[in-house]
Amino acid sequence: MIEQLDAVLLARVQFAFTVSFHFIFPAFSIGLASYLMVLEGLWLKTGRGVYANLYRYWLKIFAVGFGMGVVSGVVLSYQFGTNWSVFSTKAGPIIGPLMGYEVMTAFFLEAGFLGVMLFGISKVGKGLHFFSTCMVAFGTFISAFWILSVNSWMQTPAGFEINVDGQFVPGGSWWDIIFNPSFPYRLVHTVTAAYLTTAFAVGGVGAWHLLKDSTNVGARKMFSMAMWMAVIVTPFQIIAGDLHGLNTLEHQPVKVLAMEGDYDPSPEGAPLILFGLPDDEAAEVRYKVAIPKLGSLILKHDPNAPLPGLTDFPRDEWPPVAIVFWSFRIMVAIGFAMLAIGVWSLVARRRRKLYTSTKLQRAAVIMGPAGFVAVIAGWITTEVGRQPFTVYGLLRTAESSSPLDAPAVAVSLLAFIVVYTAVFGAGIYYLLRLMAQPPHRGESEPPNVPFHAAGITPASSIEAAPIGEGDPHGKL
Amino acid sequence: MASFDLPTIWAAILCFAVFAYVVMDGFDLGVGILFPALSPGEEKDQAINSIAPVWDGNETWLVMGGGGLLAVFPLAYSIILPATYPLMIAMLLGLVFRGAAFEFRWRDPRHRPLWDLVITVGSTVAAVAQGITIGALLQGIQVENNAYAGGWLDWLSPFSCLTGIAVAVGYSLLGATWLIIKTEGSCQRHARRLAFRLGLLTVLALGAVSAATPFLYYEYWRRWFEMPQVLLTAQVPLLVAICTGLFFWSLRKGREVLPFLMALALFLLGFIGLCISIFPYMVPRSITIWDAAAPHSSQLFMLVGAVFIIPLILAYTGWAYWVFRGKVGTEGYH
Ligand code: HDD
Ligand code: HEM
Ligand code: HEM
Repeated sequence: MIEQLDAVLLARVQFAFTVSFHFIFPAFSIGLASYLMVLEGLWLKTGRGVYANLYRYWLKIFAVGFGMGVVSGVVLSYQFGTNWSVFSTKAGPIIGPLMGYEVMTAFFLEAGFLGVMLFGISKVGKGLHFFSTCMVAFGTFISAFWILSVNSWMQTPAGFEINVDGQFVPGGSWWDIIFNPSFPYRLVHTVTAAYLTTAFAVGGVGAWHLLKDSTNVGARKMFSMAMWMAVIVTPFQIIAGDLHGLNTLEHQPVKVLAMEGDYDPSPEGAPLILFGLPDDEAAEVRYKVAIPKLGSLILKHDPNAPLPGLTDFPRDEWPPVAIVFWSFRIMVAIGFAMLAIGVWSLVARRRRKLYTSTKLQRAAVIMGPAGFVAVIAGWITTEVGRQPFTVYGLLRTAESSSPLDAPAVAVSLLAFIVVYTAVFGAGIYYLLRLMAQPPHRGESEPPNVPFHAAGITPASSIEAAPIGEGDPHGKL
Repeated sequence: MASFDLPTIWAAILCFAVFAYVVMDGFDLGVGILFPALSPGEEKDQAINSIAPVWDGNETWLVMGGGGLLAVFPLAYSIILPATYPLMIAMLLGLVFRGAAFEFRWRDPRHRPLWDLVITVGSTVAAVAQGITIGALLQGIQVENNAYAGGWLDWLSPFSCLTGIAVAVGYSLLGATWLIIKTEGSCQRHARRLAFRLGLLTVLALGAVSAATPFLYYEYWRRWFEMPQVLLTAQVPLLVAICTGLFFWSLRKGREVLPFLMALALFLLGFIGLCISIFPYMVPRSITIWDAAAPHSSQLFMLVGAVFIIPLILAYTGWAYWVFRGKVGTEGYH
């Protein structure tokens, strides 16, 4: 029994580790693919060299990030079987086809057009090349669509029956399964999160180079574009997050109570606990700083609305409250920090100081990696908040795992940690090194362009763009 | 029912996906395995250039195989993966190493020898792990109450080691013949020499595996040697002999594409042989494709998509290969 429990815990740690590592890259790939699509589109439309050079600058970075997203993703698609075989047998008939559609509609699309996008600049015409970029961007979105549908179904299962073998099988229409109650919210919130993450990464890189040379045209362009994203998208994301939370309150109240730290029921309206130390043993939040009634105002839009507390629910259905409580606060704090940067940039822009305000630029550099932190914190809220179930309310995590010996899982966990740290550590180092190069005129293609020598690029290629046309400083 | 049996159709589709994987990622992995044999600089760069635009798509067929298994034969997925746990982990880590190193070797010329070594180790580990998995499947998996009931090293046996080596050798052959098509100059000459030796080794390995398989189970024996099916199964070795002959002939004649095609044909025959032995089991000797099948509605839902989407996938994958047709050129990137 103890053995078995250990294997489950190790399997959970392993899954959490590999999936969190994986998601760092998709969050960047989804956003960057769309950004590249915009850059190439703008270049085709305006013919301005700055867009072509920015395209190439970010394409090199995209190639590395995408590659790491792919290899870490392949691991995940097999982990359901290696570590969660009971879950796979039981939920396979529902989640399997959705993931199958992901492979067929998204992964092949991304992979098929990626080669042309990365290496085909001089092999196909401009139109076809732009089309390939669009297909890769579109593929990342479709991929998010399906996998988030799967995840949402595990959170808010719908449209199923349970057969004699205890398997979840399709019950009504696939429509109900795919568009389960939490899916629309999760899709909007997560895809927007990927855009914001990328915007802040791009903005951070732009700001870094502006601090060194405020006349660099490429750096100016990317910083300005990123700050527009911050202004427009952050408020949208906060609203989406609020709606997401309201929906979760309806379907997974225990999770929301854990996020809020509400152990006791509040018949006259719940406070909003800003900080504190949740203590599951004592069922209270120690040293808490709270604003009365605000919790109910946010969750029920009425300061006096009653809210249940965790103690209204059986203890063996509580998630680990402290983790959910803190990861949620990290995400929300970053959300508001992003909003602040956006507003600040708007003010600076009005005062015509966007490219010269070093304070703003320093802040943007610090916020560069913030999106990644928020995204992981958000997922931890969602996933740990779902505990102790894999299929919410129906299948317990402890009953989902494979019949494996703890040593086997322990060894493989160790191997994952060592290999991921080495491989992705090197990858992140290379990404940072690429980003440390300032964008410049005549930016090169990704290096391993096959089939033609560097320098004999045909006329159809982006290289032939009128570089720097209309750029006041002609620097790029 | 008999004329439209979903599990059989799906078994065929998955066989196709697995074979597509073996063919396409086979030559990628093979190039990786052969990497140390190529000389640094031009030869290695050409070799990598020849697979850079396509390896990601090739690897996707592996995801299709695994994802498809989960979707339409969830029980088989849930038994085979725990049964081959260390192999799967090794294969995945090998693929992580290889995929990442492809990118990194260009980013970091100073450490290129290191990343080249990583490509080889990753490719070899992945190939051997896949081969051992096939052997483990053939020799049977212990199942009780629809779950894997063995230990975590049950897959290890002389037979599975043999299949592990056989697959790695076969992939190397695919890699070498692929390089004959895509490269020129010293790299191509080098690949040609390698292909000759690897051809011999592959045929030897194929023979050894084929000879050992019928002794694993009496059922396999009957399948291959009893009348009347022996009339049919005997065609497989016959075709193998023909393909082998053509392979060496085309290599001698300096043909560029035919050796690759013949290597593929050998793989196809080996694969067909495997299917003959295993059918109609999904997990040999314990779970048939009908036992493992997901409910009708799951299989049908996936099939509707597969029928329309797989041809589309083949079309644009073909287009991507077409865009990058021809020799990689000796210039490459320096
Ligand atoms: C919201 C987006 C998202 C989420 C939650 C996940 N992924 Fe992912 N995944 C992507 C978005 C993505 C992507 C953007 O499509 C990637 C990242 C970079 C890339 O190459 O494609 C990708 C790559 C990727 C690949 C490689 C595809 C290929 O061969 O080209 C696989 C097999 C998976 N993922 C599987 C998973 C599994 C099993 C997940 C859940 C546990 C998962 N992903 C979570
Ligand atoms: C990509 C972003 C994701 C992140 C960062 C993430 C994070 C996590 C974490 C931290 C856990 C461990 C929870 C715990 O055991 O306390 C977990 C578990 C799990 N998640 Fe996710 N997850 C993500 C996406 C997904 C998706 C898309 C799926 C479904 C397709 C999924 C399925 C699971 C499963 C099956 C487990 C294991 C069982 C469990 O421990 O609950 N996750 N994830
Ligand atoms: C400040 C306002 C925000 C609020 C109120 C908010 C709200 C929420 C809530 C309630 C959840 C959990 C939903 C559930 O599990 O049922 C969640 C999850 C998540 N959040 Fe946020 N969020 C905010 C900002 C952000 C930001 C800025 C990012 C990233 C840039 C982000 C990324 C995520 C992600 C990736 C998840 C997990 C996936 C999901 O369940 O949607 N959030 N958010």
